[in-house]
Amino acid sequence: MTASTPIAAPGSASAATGTVFRRLADGKALPIAIVVAAIVLIWYGFTVYLNAPWQIGLYQRADTEWTAADLVRDTMAQERPVLPAPHQVLAEMWKTTVEVRPTSNRSLLNHAWITLSSTLLGFAIGTTLGVLLAVGIVHNRAMDKSVMPWVIASQTIPILAVAPMIIVVLNAIGLSGLLPKALISTYLSFFPVVVGMVKGFRSPEAIQLDLMRTYNSSRTQTFFKLRWPSALPFLFTSMKVAVAISLVGAIVGELPTGAVAGLGARLLAGSYYGQTIQIWAALFMAAALAASLVALVGLGQRLVMARMGARP
Amino acid sequence: MNAPASKLQPAAATTSPVVEAKALSLTFETADGPVRALSDVDLSVGRGEFVSFIGPSGCGKTTFLRVIADLEQPTAGDIRVNGLTAEAARRARAYGYVFQAAGLFPWRTIEKNVALPLEIMGYSARERRERVARTLDLVNLTGFERKYPWQLSGGMQQRASIARALAFDADLLLMDEPFGALDEIVRDHLNEQLLELWARTNKTICFVTHSIPEAVYLSTRIVVMSPRPGRVTDVIESTLPKERPLDIRETPEFLEIAHRVREGLRAGMSDE
Repeated sequence: MTASTPIAAPGSASAATGTVFRRLADGKALPIAIVVAAIVLIWYGFTVYLNAPWQIGLYQRADTEWTAADLVRDTMAQERPVLPAPHQVLAEMWKTTVEVRPTSNRSLLNHAWITLSSTLLGFAIGTTLGVLLAVGIVHNRAMDKSVMPWVIASQTIPILAVAPMIIVVLNAIGLSGLLPKALISTYLSFFPVVVGMVKGFRSPEAIQLDLMRTYNSSRTQTFFKLRWPSALPFLFTSMKVAVAISLVGAIVGELPTGAVAGLGARLLAGSYYGQTIQIWAALFMAAALAASLVALVGLGQRLVMARMGARP
Repeated sequence: MNAPASKLQPAAATTSPVVEAKALSLTFETADGPVRALSDVDLSVGRGEFVSFIGPSGCGKTTFLRVIADLEQPTAGDIRVNGLTAEAARRARAYGYVFQAAGLFPWRTIEKNVALPLEIMGYSARERRERVARTLDLVNLTGFERKYPWQLSGGMQQRASIARALAFDADLLLMDEPFGALDEIVRDHLNEQLLELWARTNKTICFVTHSIPEAVYLSTRIVVMSPRPGRVTDVIESTLPKERPLDIRETPEFLEIAHRVREGLRAGMSDE
């Protein structure tokens, strides 16, 4: 072991750098970097363009001489710009995450956590509800005919219209705080799970269902030994969509409540006071949160699929 | 895998038939009108027989097998399996069914796939282990217990599916073109192994195929069927000995039977 370690160590190190180079050579990192760079560049262009009229008005009222360089510099340093520059948004995010206590009301992390908790609760309820409805739809003809149209109809109603009603009604029966917001997430997130799982539970091939029949397998046995494992890939795909829209639901749920905390409240407060930088910072935080949640579901998917013997 | 042929019971030593069909008919209602998949089929399969069903597609050979298995219900006539109705026989787990595709569950290892019927039928964990080991040995797959289906070749997958059908020791084995999707070399090998397995286990086998050499090589009896409507046109008793090396296919006797099968198939086609 001691003899082999020094030989093995450089080998594994070069393997690690090898994969980095291979990924670059595979052409994944480079195109992404180019696209990001292009977006940032266009963004800076629009920052100057959109903030210029106000800045020029300022120069004229103050009767100052100004050059193009002044204009570019000043449009990127406004306190309430029409469009903040990317670095302004990043600076705001840094200030509100790193430089304040996480428990403080000014901390973006604090707001993100409040939104995240109702997202996760709503997502959990929504996924469970979606799976249960799909089980019913697949196993019961009456449910198959009657439930699906309602499930689809539920999603044609704009969530912005429904959200205040849910909050008000639940408040009237004494429910407030986390649950009403979570239920709005549920309302959005159960849908992709129902649709995906109905398809998933029906995905076993005729040959596999026939096989279970030759064993005189009960419906419960067929469900747990065949339908459920067949549906798992569908479950994870649905959950990726569901977790992202759960976050949307939680943010939307914070808007009509006049909530004092959460990313939704932060967006609302920002728009009241024209704090565009604060709005953008909250948006970036929401996007980062959504990306992490989807990535986590993806990780769960890879782990479960590996355990189920999927081809690597 | 070399049980002496003398251990075999002759097909004639049957008591009650394992499968008995009387005036069996099945008509599918399709959008283009009724399709007569089976018309007035009378057939009886004795214990320990190896019966092949051969015919062009649409002749009802697979349908007949599915009726025995209670996967299709006849529209007229009577079917008995081990003296029971097809449904009662299925509920009593009277047969193992091997499909055209292996149909292994991709999330289960080979041993778990073979254990699937045993789990459903409520065998104890210890008995499951014993039976899985025994049947995997029977199909020469020992050593592949922990592999997933995708790690095996098509022929090995089909052998695993045969092991799965054998695991719960049903006396009747229904095989629906089990080697149809495999290449000829693998198919020859599996045919040889299937005969050895049949000799060792002394099961009754109903085997659907569209290959004349396969039917002649394997069977004690060959049922020739023809389409529109699906019906039995000829039943040929094999005169080949029980012990059948692969090169028996070069003998005049073999070619004579193959010729009769081909004639029967041609006669069925010319009726149209």
